[in-house]
Amino acid sequence: MIQSISTNRKYIIIAIFLSVGLIFLARLFYIQVIDDSYFKSAQHNFLRPVTQYPSRGLIYDRKGKLLVYNEPVYDLMVTPKLIKHIDTVEFCGLIGIDKEEFDKKLRLAKKYSKDIPSPFEKQLSKETYGTLMEKLDNYPGFFVQPRTLRRYNDKTAAHLLGDIGEVDSATIKTSKYYRDGDYIGKSGIELTYEPELRGKRGSKLMMVDVHGRLMGSFEKGKYDTLAVGGENLATSMDADLQAYGESLMQNKIGGIAAIEPSTGEILAMVSTPSYDPNLLVGRIRAKNYATLLFDPLKPLYNRALLSAYPPGSTFKIMMALIAQQEGVLLPETRYPCAHGYPPGGGKPACHVHPSPLDLVQAIAYSCNSYFSYVFKSVFDKKQFSNSEESFENWRKHVLSFGFGRKLGVDLPTELSGGVPTIEHYDKVFGENHWKSSTILSLGIGQGELGASPLKMANVMAIVANRGYYYIPHVVKSIGDKKFQFEKYTTKNYTTVNQDYFYVVIEGMEDAVESGTAAASKVKDITICGKTGTAENPGKSHSVFVGFAPKDNPKIAIAVLVEHGGWGADWATPIATLMIEKYLTGTIARPEIEKRMMDGVILPAPKPIVN
Amino acid sequence: MRENKSILQHIDWVMVTLYFVLITMGWMCIYASVYNEEHNKLIDFNLNHGKQLIWIGAGLLIALLLLIMDGKFYSAFAYIIYGVTLVLLIIVLLVGRRVKGSQSWFEIGSFKLQPAEFAKFSTTLALAKFLSNPNIKLKQNKTKLYAIALLLLPIALILLQNDTGSALVYFSFIFVLYREGLSGNYLLLGFAAIVIFILALLVDKITLIIIFGSIVLAFIVLVRKTKRNIFSLVGIFLICSGMVLSVDYVFNHVLQEHQRTRINVLLGKEQDLKDKGWNVHQSMIAIGDGGFFGRGFLKGSQTTFDFVPKQSTDFIFCTVGEEFGFVGVFVVISLFMILLARIIFIAERQRSSFSRIYGYGVASILFFHIMVNIGMTIGLAPVIGIPLPFFTYGGSSLLAFTMMLFVFIRLDAHRLQVLS
Ligand SMILES: [Zn+2]
Repeated sequence: MIQSISTNRKYIIIAIFLSVGLIFLARLFYIQVIDDSYFKSAQHNFLRPVTQYPSRGLIYDRKGKLLVYNEPVYDLMVTPKLIKHIDTVEFCGLIGIDKEEFDKKLRLAKKYSKDIPSPFEKQLSKETYGTLMEKLDNYPGFFVQPRTLRRYNDKTAAHLLGDIGEVDSATIKTSKYYRDGDYIGKSGIELTYEPELRGKRGSKLMMVDVHGRLMGSFEKGKYDTLAVGGENLATSMDADLQAYGESLMQNKIGGIAAIEPSTGEILAMVSTPSYDPNLLVGRIRAKNYATLLFDPLKPLYNRALLSAYPPGSTFKIMMALIAQQEGVLLPETRYPCAHGYPPGGGKPACHVHPSPLDLVQAIAYSCNSYFSYVFKSVFDKKQFSNSEESFENWRKHVLSFGFGRKLGVDLPTELSGGVPTIEHYDKVFGENHWKSSTILSLGIGQGELGASPLKMANVMAIVANRGYYYIPHVVKSIGDKKFQFEKYTTKNYTTVNQDYFYVVIEGMEDAVESGTAAASKVKDITICGKTGTAENPGKSHSVFVGFAPKDNPKIAIAVLVEHGGWGADWATPIATLMIEKYLTGTIARPEIEKRMMDGVILPAPKPIVN
Repeated sequence: MRENKSILQHIDWVMVTLYFVLITMGWMCIYASVYNEEHNKLIDFNLNHGKQLIWIGAGLLIALLLLIMDGKFYSAFAYIIYGVTLVLLIIVLLVGRRVKGSQSWFEIGSFKLQPAEFAKFSTTLALAKFLSNPNIKLKQNKTKLYAIALLLLPIALILLQNDTGSALVYFSFIFVLYREGLSGNYLLLGFAAIVIFILALLVDKITLIIIFGSIVLAFIVLVRKTKRNIFSLVGIFLICSGMVLSVDYVFNHVLQEHQRTRINVLLGKEQDLKDKGWNVHQSMIAIGDGGFFGRGFLKGSQTTFDFVPKQSTDFIFCTVGEEFGFVGVFVVISLFMILLARIIFIAERQRSSFSRIYGYGVASILFFHIMVNIGMTIGLAPVIGIPLPFFTYGGSSLLAFTMMLFVFIRLDAHRLQVLS
């Protein structure tokens, strides 16, 4: 009896032990083999995709000088789920925010996602980064993500280089590539060449420990994709010439454009007032952008590319070419001048010079009367039955020089208008109520005509090439490849035959040698140019267009100084200094250089009212 | 010399082999929980796995000493060993070191000793000694009281150290008492109490009492309607209903806040993903990560990257689960079960009731540790920090379990010399 009880009890005890073992094994089988949610949680626990941001392509000038490079910055990221018992006061002190801001930022991060890291504080300063890194282990859930910002070696060419900023939500919606927090080109070549400069984002599947510290790549990087760095980009810009142009234009409003005629490469594009491109980088960007945006002098505005300035007398070159092409003007054609255009009763007026003049002299002396005759002769040609027809013919010629339309420059925006249309005059004067004398001022580059300094420089490139141009562009090469867009290597011919250019060039040479620009001639360099004094409300704009040397030209240039008065006063000396600098590398006329640099032509500051 | 030789012939190599296999696996898991890129040396006495190696060495030395000692020694000195342990438990209360809220450690240099671990061993000896007295009958209430007093002394001292987990282990002696003649009703009652406690916390109390009433009524209809049967069934119903109604009181007034949390978390009534609940959650994730075949030795992501808390002590089973998968946990649990069965089998073949009772004590204590520790890592038991035998890092528990087992092996080797 006793024996049987003890035997039974032995088995009962063993049965209890074994059944617990079996229950455990069943439970373990469920957790490990059947239910994969634990497995997934494990993956989620320790694997974190870490974005590998590509380094953006560097930007060089035409001689290989580094203009734009990348500077590392660090974004403080947070994964709200991982935050545990942290010393908020110390933490806030470290990154320089208060408790309220901390809560707000954390709320935003939680709203975004509790599991996926999002930026908590962007672009930490070097000092903050340094102190934070020492203590980051105390703050589970936080880590730093290296990023790069742009830095500019010179403080120049802000408009041309452009800037980058965080991609906006509209772009994120429409693009397959961009994600929240990515940087994107906002203006200048940063925007035009965004796809090339950007590179391609990569991703690393990193293992993290319980504190969120990175512990290396998962499975030796099997799931990683490397970031592909952006292509380096060489601009056609000559950094020295650009900087020189900006210093000549300081304290003046206006623009310079310089083009290499044989390629269409833009050598310099100055717009003043300008700003230091480093101002629009990182955390200070928003504040500085607002300041610049509301500056009455509009420093953000690229005048060299976007402004529609009346070309003034410089337009006479195009008139001379068009009239020859139309067969109404010969080099020896002479017209009188009586301090003005006689049929208009002395209007438009002219300055004192010998009379009558032939074509070369008329260009050299910039005779308003002469070109009023020329305009009339083109317009009143017998073949045209009405004003509309003859205007359209004239307009076609003008547009072939690039005025009145977009050239196709590789910059984000460009001036499109600037040449009036038939509809415009029909509206102003009524249909069939206008004729050549109504719109005579077009012949001397006034009236409704408008062109940017870049377009004026492009006309000079056409003249320098005797009849054609390459679309002006700012990029010389991308990556290891030479720049090969067909668009920028195709000759664009004007409507004017090559033969008609030579006499005009004679006139432009004389203008600098002995005419309106004679005071600015440069020893040993044959500059062909044309001054302009563009009438407009207030004091006239000072304009100069030209190219040099006469044979095998290397540079075509246009300079406009707002309210600078006579073309010879400011634009001409600045343009010839630029040419001298570019062709010889030195300046033999330091006194003129000094006068230009010191000159101040700004609107009187508005009185400050207390 | 002859004596020693005969011992080697008579010791149970199955248990010895199981012991060696288990401590080897345990040590591998400790190494795995320490292991990372920086800490990858197999032997480094500054780290847990290196220190554990020292403890294992010490354990083997002690095991050898225990085998050499006279088999009669343990029975003869059982009460003295028990007494010394009680004194140590008192001393540790006075001069011991406080670790995580428990006043239960002696500190000797860089090593720490926990007398509570050894108290399980000496209490087993004392209980075996007491119950093996041929004049004693467990049916007598006086005997029951003495036996309970024998257990309550160390329990009380351990509770004073604020080490609830170690105190709970003494409940496992119910198996010993049951084997030695205690009515099975106590075992049932204990089991029922646990079930009722859990049900009462989960289900509406009135509903529960109605259910009990229906069951009892069904029994009254089915069984022979003797006075005795009806009386017992009504009695059972009243006791159960009383327990149901008193659960709230016990839960809210007897248990402490952290104990309530543990139980609520276990029952899924409270989400505590910060502390205790988080531990269990991470532990189950780690085990689940192992899948069928495991991640491979030293390749567990959750254990390597510290997601599992206390991974070389309370939650060491996670390392088995993650790195060796279901295959690994199957092997470990099977080995433990074989060991338990082997101990009981051997206990039953003892001629001396002292040896038998002692064997049952060893098996019960091992079982309780295994049940609670593994149960905790897979969410089937509350988080009570007691070690997994032979696995958990720590000298005291390793030495105590080694001593427990090898004393039993020594007693077994001695059995042929015992006459009665
Ligand atoms: Zn004139």
